[in-house]
Amino acid sequence: MPNHQINPNKWIDLYSDYLFNYTISRVSDREIAQDLVQDTFLAGLKSMKNFKGEASERTWLISILKRKIIDHYRKTNSKKGKAEVRINYNDSESEGDWLEERVADPFDKTAEDTLQNAELGEAIHNCLEKLPKKQADVFKMKTILGHETEAICNELNITASNLWVIIHRARTAMADCLKENWF
Amino acid sequence: MSTKIKLTIPCDEANHVCDKTQYKEASLWEMIKLNIHLIYCRACRKYTKNNTSLTNKLKESQVACLDKDCKEAMKKDFDKALIEHK
Repeated sequence: MPNHQINPNKWIDLYSDYLFNYTISRVSDREIAQDLVQDTFLAGLKSMKNFKGEASERTWLISILKRKIIDHYRKTNSKKGKAEVRINYNDSESEGDWLEERVADPFDKTAEDTLQNAELGEAIHNCLEKLPKKQADVFKMKTILGHETEAICNELNITASNLWVIIHRARTAMADCLKENWF
Repeated sequence: MSTKIKLTIPCDEANHVCDKTQYKEASLWEMIKLNIHLIYCRACRKYTKNNTSLTNKLKESQVACLDKDCKEAMKKDFDKALIEHK
């Protein structure tokens, strides 16, 4: 059995993006997602002794995160009023209006689409983890966060042509990595 | 000779323009030259195809990640907890 080690010092660098992406596809609010990820790290730290090393660190953290997400939804639901029954269509004039409400919204995504997007997002993060750290950082800043070329160059202290070389390598690697399952 | 307009570009330049196109940073003239290059270069056609579908997939997935400030703030809080934990 592979015995996995636990090292909380590197958690945020290694897993925060993956956990954040996982959360945001389920709660769709950046701030809440960020809090949940933070809570997960803290909870993980507290229950570090319970880590048996049977699963990888990331899997273990995800399992904590799942509980946190469920708790979040429980909390928001308990704040809501108790079940209420609304009778909207009680006069003869608006009879049949409910039919209109039942029509599918063409712009609404189906559950399947959403699920597929979440899976794709996770696949992208898996591929990102395989890239060298510098390539992954530049690629994330440029592509996912959409920073300006100049801003990235200043922050990382590289030249523009240097940045494009890194982007080129990262894109080639990402395309190769995603090719098998997604293209 | 140097004033002659160059219509063809080498592969590495074509790839560079293709990368820039993915971020909408290539100029019109660059894109024209890229497309002329793509007419006769099969390898670059393949690269462009893959690169474009990567961009589409990224858009579709609405993939998210934390920006640097968020991570820094998180690290600060977490380091505090780490010290308390020890």
